[in-house]
Amino acid sequence: MQAQSEPLNAAGLRRDGLIERLSLFGLASPAMLLILVILVVPVGWLFYVSFMGADGSFSLENYERMIDRKSYRRIFGTTFQVSFLTTGLCIMIGYPLAYFMSQLPDRLANIALITVLLPFWTSLLVRTYAWLVLLQKQGLVNNWAISLGLWEEPIKMVHNMTGTLIGMVHIMLPFLILPVYGSMRAINRDLMKAASNLGAHPRRAFWDVFFPLTMPGLSAGALMVFILCLGFFVTPAVLGGGKVIMVSMKIVSNIELFVNWGAASALGVVLLVMTMIILWIASRFLKLENIAGGGH
Amino acid sequence: MNWLKRPATETQVTHGQRLWLYILAGVVMILLVLPTLIVIPMSFSDSQYLEFPPETWSTRWYGHYFGSPEWMRATVTSLKVAVLTMLVATPVGVLAAYGLHASNVAFVRAAFVLMLTPMMVPLVLVAIGAFYAYVQLQLLYTVTGLVLAHTVLALPLVVIVTGSALKSYDMSQENAARSLGAPRWKAFLTVTLPQIKFGVITAGLLSFLTSFDEVVVAMFISGGDNPTLTRNMFNALRDQIDPTIASISTIMILVTTFMMVLAQTLGQDRKPK
Amino acid sequence: MNQPNTDALPITVRNVTKTYGPVYALDDVSIDVESGEFLTLLGPSGSGKTTLLMVLAGFTRPDCGSLKFGDTEVIRTPPHLRDLGMTFQSYALFPHMTVEGNVGYPLKLRKRPKAEIAERVARALDTVQLGGFGERRIDQLSGGQRQRVAVARAIVFEPRILLMDEPLSALDKKLRDQMQIELRHLHEQLGMTTVYVTHDQREALTMSDRIAVVNHGRIMQLATPRDLYERPANRFVADFIGESTFLDVTRSGDTLAWNGVPLKLGHHAVPDAPKLQLMIRPERIVLRDGPSEGFNTFDATATDVVYQGDSYLLHARLNDGSQIALRGAMRGTAALPEEGQAVTLGLAPEDTVVIDASAE
Repeated sequence: MQAQSEPLNAAGLRRDGLIERLSLFGLASPAMLLILVILVVPVGWLFYVSFMGADGSFSLENYERMIDRKSYRRIFGTTFQVSFLTTGLCIMIGYPLAYFMSQLPDRLANIALITVLLPFWTSLLVRTYAWLVLLQKQGLVNNWAISLGLWEEPIKMVHNMTGTLIGMVHIMLPFLILPVYGSMRAINRDLMKAASNLGAHPRRAFWDVFFPLTMPGLSAGALMVFILCLGFFVTPAVLGGGKVIMVSMKIVSNIELFVNWGAASALGVVLLVMTMIILWIASRFLKLENIAGGGH
Repeated sequence: MNWLKRPATETQVTHGQRLWLYILAGVVMILLVLPTLIVIPMSFSDSQYLEFPPETWSTRWYGHYFGSPEWMRATVTSLKVAVLTMLVATPVGVLAAYGLHASNVAFVRAAFVLMLTPMMVPLVLVAIGAFYAYVQLQLLYTVTGLVLAHTVLALPLVVIVTGSALKSYDMSQENAARSLGAPRWKAFLTVTLPQIKFGVITAGLLSFLTSFDEVVVAMFISGGDNPTLTRNMFNALRDQIDPTIASISTIMILVTTFMMVLAQTLGQDRKPK
Repeated sequence: MNQPNTDALPITVRNVTKTYGPVYALDDVSIDVESGEFLTLLGPSGSGKTTLLMVLAGFTRPDCGSLKFGDTEVIRTPPHLRDLGMTFQSYALFPHMTVEGNVGYPLKLRKRPKAEIAERVARALDTVQLGGFGERRIDQLSGGQRQRVAVARAIVFEPRILLMDEPLSALDKKLRDQMQIELRHLHEQLGMTTVYVTHDQREALTMSDRIAVVNHGRIMQLATPRDLYERPANRFVADFIGESTFLDVTRSGDTLAWNGVPLKLGHHAVPDAPKLQLMIRPERIVLRDGPSEGFNTFDATATDVVYQGDSYLLHARLNDGSQIALRGAMRGTAALPEEGQAVTLGLAPEDTVVIDASAE
């Protein structure tokens, strides 16, 4: 006889359920622990350090510096400029390519997809290096252009904004193309036939029907590109030649050259907060999983 | 050209009207692939300036690379770290993905977001954070430290790739196995795992490449006796264009290609079509 | 051949409740499945029938309650130790194993010797008429064959209880009809206690010894197919199974009346409920030439007549305005009523069924 207040087996079942849920969830605990110890806690410490002045007491000087000094303001300006331009160029180049691939029969589309995936899998450093070699003064592009008579003198295409943008766009394109292509493949072809049947000119049908349906992929891809650009380091550091200074580069030089942890941390915190705000705004319109799955 | 007048779509847009698209797509595809591949022939150039096509062919840059104890040490470190990262990140990430997929605790979503943070936090921040932590933990310039940091960077990819493999897998198969007498772990190993195999292999490969290609974090926490290849390459690039890098790049492209082919063959033996 | 399986186990479910937040998926369910019986859980989607099956299998953990297989309490036993066969709606066959691999899997888990496994797998495949299919891959099988493999896999280790979750829902109608008969035969042959879930009432009526109609997480009625169809316990069951017209009935003392006309009743009990309704199945009501002794008669106007080959369907309006349907067999050259024609409908007292009008 069980007690009146206790339904049959309720306590035991509750315990079994709890154990099962905890043990399943526990499978994720090594991963979470690693991320906490290696990433979350140290970043939390950087946050703390960013509020420490030169004398070790609480101070906002690291943040005030960012507002006061023109050089810092310029760095943020450059970072946003590069990020916007790269994202814009990626959309302008990547969207038509994705559209082209989506119109191909499966076999050809898969071959075309390899041309997107190949650079995606290749080392970032190698690709940056390749552009450095191609674009330098005695590089392939200048040599060929001059021998073809396109221009007379070697043009400076690297160690400046142009070089940085070329490299960045090349590296970011797959992140934009893959989700856009995915959303295009998912569109039912009958929709375009229906639009045509209802009297829409193909161009009209594209903008009224096709394009809106690719918006989730496009916005996920563009967001991914923009966020990656904000924190980018390698490509601008190599191809920018010291003329394109982005936030992450300033962070590195603050540590490597000036050993100024406070300043570096404050920049890092601002960068992180900006990223989080953008992600947060985006997550209100997009599913986070789409963004995360964007590149893959 | 007759072909140009033929319809390209069911809505009767002709190929001719689309010619601009074909040209643009062609050019972009070439620009995507060629710059990387052109490094390969250039690495066999004898010149300091890496001409293309090389006027005189030579393997001197490879000789330079293989003859340098510094480059060799960095290569060994990079390979060691990448393999270990793959071996740690894959099981840890697959377990996490499975746990989050199978459990229905309220904070699974929060845990999922935590798993993705390494992708969202700017790399530089991860790097200086790890640098600081490793000074405290005395893991600076160690293989262990590198493997742990790279594992953290690889985890989101493993979780996403495995998670999407699990999403397209019918979990009632695991229930079937359990109803037939298999404990849960056995059901996972004998029924679930073989079917998400391709996802798991892809995840492993991605973790290898994440580690092998990683520059920013390695810049801070590798060094001393254990510098990574990418760290040394990056430093060399900042100084001047050292043609040795071309030969290393070629080798890195080969490693990547090898890993991709490996993943394809391992993953696709299951369905003879 | 038709020997009862002495090993079959009865299932006893007591006070099982399962909530998801404020929603009761199962609301204090108690049910007895007799040893060797074929019992179907029938209900609309979301009724709780699948939840109940998953509780039996151990995949859904209820909030409280008791579940016994025979005399053994199993409510807290994990699924892999419950020793019951189960087939899934999606079949849940393992695509990375052959047919043999699938069917042999439970035996391998039980560490049977190789020779025994081969022998029992072959026997199970023979039972489902798939002898010689052992080497096939799952993706080489048709839907019906997959269904059979799933059944073979569920019975190969001779469980004493078999659970089936909408096993035929993915098949086309013709194959479904054939498989219903086959599964029924299989049950007669093996005699294991079988709990079968479906939302298809015809399937339930065809196959079951008894049917439990489930709605809102509760058992509405547990009865034989015939009782369920002819004596539904309430309006929900009557609505869910078969087609019917319902007419409100008033009670004064022992007499029941519709529209002021007293009803002649057969000798089955009238439920004790505040609101009663007359349930009229279209095939039980007949066309009469005029008021006839021994029948309850209704005057009506034909509003629509549909010829359906083997039968015809007549829609008529009673003089209180309510609509009624009548299905008659087509015989010879008999003329059908025309639209607008006045007709007299008759209902034999034995077919005059009064039910509880409440929905549950």
